[in-house]
Amino acid sequence: MSSIQDIQQEIIEEFEMFDDWMQRYEYMIELGKSLPLIDEKYKTEEYIIKGCQSKVWVHADLKDDKIEFTADSDAIITKGIIAILIRSFSGQPPQAILDADTSFIDKIGLKEHLSPTRANGLVSMIKQIKLYAVAYQAKAES
Amino acid sequence: MATASTTSTLDVLRIRKDFPILNRKVNGQPLVYFDNAATSQTPQQVIDVIVDYYSNYNANIHRGVHALSQEATDAYEQARIKLQKHFNIPNAYQTLFTSGTTHGINIVASGFAEILKAGDEIIVSALEHHSNIVPWQMLCEKTGATLKVIPMTTSGELDMEGFDAILSEKTKLVFVNHVSNALGTVNPIEEIITKTHQVGGAVLVDGAQASPHIKANVQALDVDFYVVSGHKMCGPTGIGMLYGKEKWLEKLPPYQGGGEMIDQVTFEKTTYAGLPHKFEAGTPNICGGIAFGAAIDYMNAIGFEHIAAYEHELLTYATQKLQEIEGLRIYGESKHKTAVISFNIGDIHPYDIGTILDKLGVAVRTGHHCAQPIMDFYKIPGTVRASFSFYNTKEEIDIFVNAVRKAKSMLG
Ligand SMILES: Cc1ncc(COP(=O)(O)O)c(C=O)c1O
Repeated sequence: MSSIQDIQQEIIEEFEMFDDWMQRYEYMIELGKSLPLIDEKYKTEEYIIKGCQSKVWVHADLKDDKIEFTADSDAIITKGIIAILIRSFSGQPPQAILDADTSFIDKIGLKEHLSPTRANGLVSMIKQIKLYAVAYQAKAES
Repeated sequence: MATASTTSTLDVLRIRKDFPILNRKVNGQPLVYFDNAATSQTPQQVIDVIVDYYSNYNANIHRGVHALSQEATDAYEQARIKLQKHFNIPNAYQTLFTSGTTHGINIVASGFAEILKAGDEIIVSALEHHSNIVPWQMLCEKTGATLKVIPMTTSGELDMEGFDAILSEKTKLVFVNHVSNALGTVNPIEEIITKTHQVGGAVLVDGAQASPHIKANVQALDVDFYVVSGHKMCGPTGIGMLYGKEKWLEKLPPYQGGGEMIDQVTFEKTTYAGLPHKFEAGTPNICGGIAFGAAIDYMNAIGFEHIAAYEHELLTYATQKLQEIEGLRIYGESKHKTAVISFNIGDIHPYDIGTILDKLGVAVRTGHHCAQPIMDFYKIPGTVRASFSFYNTKEEIDIFVNAVRKAKSMLG
C-alpha cells in the first residue's frame, strides 16, 4: 500500500495534466462517479457532514488496523472532492491519517477554485475524516 | 420574438455606467450578476453619499449642539422624509429606521407578545423566508397563540381558499411577503389585507423582495405594517424601514432599551420618547439611513414603472430561453412575478450548476433560499435562482443561458 503522501503526489500529477478548470472539473466529476459508496443504511442524519450546501455522508470502518472510508453526496462535484479525499486516506492506519498534511488540496487548485461555502464543506469533510481517525486511534490505545 | 439587442424601456447602457462593480471580472470572466434578490448592487451616486458623509459630516445625531451633528441630523431626517414620501406614509414619525427587514419583523413580533393571549391565532404564508417564521413561532410559544399557514399551490401561488378557511375572528395578525424570495410570486396582499381587516386582524407585509420592483403605497394598501431592507434597493446593508399605522406604533411597547428612545429617566420610572424614537434606541446607522434615502432617489429618477416594464422584458426573454433547454423545470409559474427564475435541470443538484456558473462568471443563488417549506412542498433540495435587476441586459441573459447549457453538458 502506498503512503498517503505518495497517493497525494499521484493526484497532484494527475491534475497537472489539465490546462484549464473545465478539464479539472470534468475529471473531478469522473472521480465522483468512482467513489466507494456508503451503505444506504448509513445515509442518515448521524453520518451527515454539516457545513456543506449539498449533503455529504461519510462512514468509516476499521479493517486490519486500517480505516476504510465510504461516502456519498447528492451533488456530483462534491462527490468528486470527497472521492479525492477518500482515495488519499482510505486504507491507511489512523495515526497516518492524523499526521497527514492536507495542503495537496491547494496544490490541485481545489481550494482556490471552489466557492467559499463549498470550501467550508471541504474543511468539514477533512475534519470529519480526522475525527474518525482520532476515534479509532483512541479505541486502539484503550 | 425579442432579440438580444432590443431593449425598449430604459437606457440600460447608460445606467450600467453608474455601477462600478459591473465592470469587474470573476474567475477571469466578465461578471454577470444575477443574484439581485439577495442583494442589489450600489450605484456610484449612493457610494458618493457614503464617502461624503464620512469625509465631511460624520457625527452623532439628535444630541449635539455643534454644526456637524446638526448637519448629520438634518441629512438623516431628510432621508426619513424621502422614505416617507416614497411609500406614501402619512407622517415621518411613522417611518422607522431599522437595521433591515428582519429587525422590523422582530419589532412587531416582540410587540405583539404583549398583546396576544392564549387562543389567539397568527397566520403566516407557506411562501415565507423561513428565518422570518421563527419570530412567530417564538411568539406563539410565549403567548399560547396558534400559528396557522396559508397553503401554496403547485404553480407557487398562495391558495386563497385555504386562506379563507383559516381566517377567523381569532386571527390577530397575518404575516405575508409581498413577493416571495424563492419564486418571485407577487402575492395578493390587497385581498389579504381587506379580508383580515373584516375579522379585526392586523397585517404585516414583508416588502423585502417587492420594494426593488414595486412602489408600495401603504395608505392605499391600508396595510398595518410594511417592512423593507435598504440593501435590496441599491442602498447599503444594515439599514431598513418599518412603517406602522399610528395606532399600532402607539400601542406596541418599545423593542429595546437605550439612548434616543428615552424622554426622562429617573430611578423610579422612565417615560418613553415619542415616535419614532421609541423604536430607535441607540446610535442608529446614520450613514446607512442617508445612503438609503439617496438610493431611493436614484431608483425614482429612473422610475419604478420603467424598472418594472424593463425587468418584465428581461424575465420574459430569460424564461423563453431557459425553457428551450431540455429537462429544465421552472418553479413558480404565477402570471404575477417579479424578475426571478427558480429552476432545476433533471436531477442535477442545484449546487453543481451554481458552481459551474460561478466558474463562468455568472453569480446566481443556489439552495433552499431560506424557504425550506417551499422546497419540501416540491420535494427538492433547492433550486438555482437567477434574479434580474434593471441594470441587467439581454446579452447577459444570453451568457447565462449558454453557461447553463455548458453546466448541463458537464453534469448531465
Ligand atoms: C422576503 C424576504 N424577507 C426578509 C429577508 C431578510 O432581509 P434582511 O436580511 O435584510 O433582514 C429577505 C432577504 O433575503 C427576503 O427575501
